Amino acid sequence: MNFLGSKKKWWFIISGLIILPGILSLIFWGLNFGIDFKGGTILELRINPPGGEARNKDLKTEEIKDILKPLNLPGLTIVLTGDKTVLIKTAPIEKETVDKEKETLKAKYNEIEEVRYESVGPVVGKDLRNKALWAVGLACLFIILYIAYAFRNIPRPYSSFKFGLSAVLALIHDILVVIGVFSIVGHFTGYEVDAYFITALLTVLGFSVHDTIVVFDRVRENLRRLPGADFEAVANESITQTLGRSISTSFTVILTLLALFLIGGQSIKPFILALLIGVTTGTYSSIFNATPLLVLWQRKKKEAM
Amino acid sequence: MRRYIIPVIILGIAFLAFWIDRPNVSPLDIKSLNIERDLKIHQGLDLKGGIHLVYEGDFSKIEEKDRDKAQQGIVNVIEKRINALGVAEPVVQKGQIGSQKTIIVELPGITETEEAIKMIGQTAQLTFLEQKDEKWTETGLTGANLKRADVEMNQQTGEPEVAIEFNEAGAKLFKDITERNLQKQVAIQLDQEVISAPTVQTVISEGKAVITGKFDIKEAKNLAISLTSGSLPVPIKLIEQRNISATLGPESVKKSLLAGILGILLVALFMIIHYKTPGILAVFALAIYSLIVLALFKLIPVTLTLAGMAGFILSIGMAVDANILIFERMKEEFRAGKTVGAAIEEGFKRAWLSIRDSNISSLITCLILIWLGSGLVRGFAITLSIGILVSLFSAIIITRTLLRLFVNNRMEKWIKI
Repeated sequence: MNFLGSKKKWWFIISGLIILPGILSLIFWGLNFGIDFKGGTILELRINPPGGEARNKDLKTEEIKDILKPLNLPGLTIVLTGDKTVLIKTAPIEKETVDKEKETLKAKYNEIEEVRYESVGPVVGKDLRNKALWAVGLACLFIILYIAYAFRNIPRPYSSFKFGLSAVLALIHDILVVIGVFSIVGHFTGYEVDAYFITALLTVLGFSVHDTIVVFDRVRENLRRLPGADFEAVANESITQTLGRSISTSFTVILTLLALFLIGGQSIKPFILALLIGVTTGTYSSIFNATPLLVLWQRKKKEAM
Repeated sequence: MRRYIIPVIILGIAFLAFWIDRPNVSPLDIKSLNIERDLKIHQGLDLKGGIHLVYEGDFSKIEEKDRDKAQQGIVNVIEKRINALGVAEPVVQKGQIGSQKTIIVELPGITETEEAIKMIGQTAQLTFLEQKDEKWTETGLTGANLKRADVEMNQQTGEPEVAIEFNEAGAKLFKDITERNLQKQVAIQLDQEVISAPTVQTVISEGKAVITGKFDIKEAKNLAISLTSGSLPVPIKLIEQRNISATLGPESVKKSLLAGILGILLVALFMIIHYKTPGILAVFALAIYSLIVLALFKLIPVTLTLAGMAGFILSIGMAVDANILIFERMKEEFRAGKTVGAAIEEGFKRAWLSIRDSNISSLITCLILIWLGSGLVRGFAITLSIGILVSLFSAIIITRTLLRLFVNNRMEKWIKI
């Protein structure tokens, strides 16, 4: 089967179309960062309004907002998270203010129970943002360097560095898809990305490169076996030979992730979703982005010679 | 004989792992090697509930070169205070945010959150003051001169108070102070605030005193603990707090465990249907893999979080990847006309490079996460790295040994690849 040749541009166009909505969403709406990144407090309370069970439906965000108004809480958002639970988010505030927040609500609703309380200082959030950028940057750099090193014995005139760069460009594509999807999801559902999101991104980085390496490894082997053959033909042959196993390896991982996503614990679902998207696009981009890129690149070099 | 050595070693490792994995295994204690492990699965905050605190120290008054020591000093003092609280498996460690030194405290299963936070954060700098020229001045006697502090009930008022006992130097200082200030007031100051200023009635030479104030029994107890464990070298400020309720934990664990088992079963089914005999062996190797990983979690020990469980389950998906690469290569070599034995050897040899390169890439990102991450993120990265390393062992050594055994034992004709 021919995957390359004139089809190459179509794969890039498809990839472009897939990441375009996400990139637009990132430009116009950005990522919805949670308190891990921005700093702030989250207070989740179980409230039993006076009047018992029947009054559950009376729990309204507007009402709570009015009650808390005198406190002038900065960046206040209120979300109902369950039958009787409410999530109150603010920008970073002092502990005393949080206590006042609770007292005020207690005065109104009698019975309140704290389900969750998180407070992150602005310095902590900024630090995580920095570290996240560093982590993604470093991971890409080290993967380029490692692949360049691992492929250093490929026959001339092909450059092992280009293997590394092509692999990482495909990875950046995968990350863009994941970030884009979460930007869109965040805009429409209010979901905020947390520290786990960075973990998922890095795991996607590490995992997506698996399939790329499987194809590249075969290119490396075939180049040695068929000296002087056309690079594009060798690359195409390598994709054909490894397609089955690329799909199988991703399939087993997607299988375990799907099980976790469908019946696993609620709190890790967004994390698993990010992994699922990343692993799926990772398989696609290894075959349809990384290798075509490599072909374009290596061929240019050859023509120039 | 030689070809049975590796299978026997693998069997040995599997049994050892199984022995460690048993639910009620007795603790490991090898005195000569200084190894002590309770061999329990340690549950993280998100499973057990508890609080995660990050403090920032105010090191402005301490010279640059002494700051590391001061940070360690804070850790030591907080450790002592927490031990007095009796929290199981607490974590107190040094951290860093940007250029700022921090202290991370994790208290699993704690219920009296507010009291604990108050006690940990109390600088507990005790100083004794006397009046000179109608101004309070320091006497040189401080909390550093304390031997111990206890809560007592005042015989007359019934109010709780903190009884303190000075060390030798402190007792001598205190005797001099009481001599100098007979029938005059002496003030006891805690963290820059005078909490009591009794009038000295007699010279006290036995080095004992009582701090009265308007504290309730809990406050008195906390103060006693703080004083006994020493004061913090510098004031600290809480910059991050996460109270994690335990109510979600057990349910999430059950669900995720179920998901994990289902995932493993599906993967096993896929392997057996797709690869037949080698698939069955791979599933067997996967079982040994799971035993080893679990044993390592207990041995190291790794604190298991929900994300950590996801990391472990994900690593199972990745563990079969290596086997898939090998088996596909075996099929290919077999179709090209090699014998079963030769196809197996070629399959392993040729698949190894791509397995090595892809797993090292994953390990690179895991290492970055371990370096970057705090608590929960790090837990995921650690479990995933362990999973990757053991999966390499399982795919390369265990599966290969099992396949070779089959070939050597003239069961070759049963092998379908």
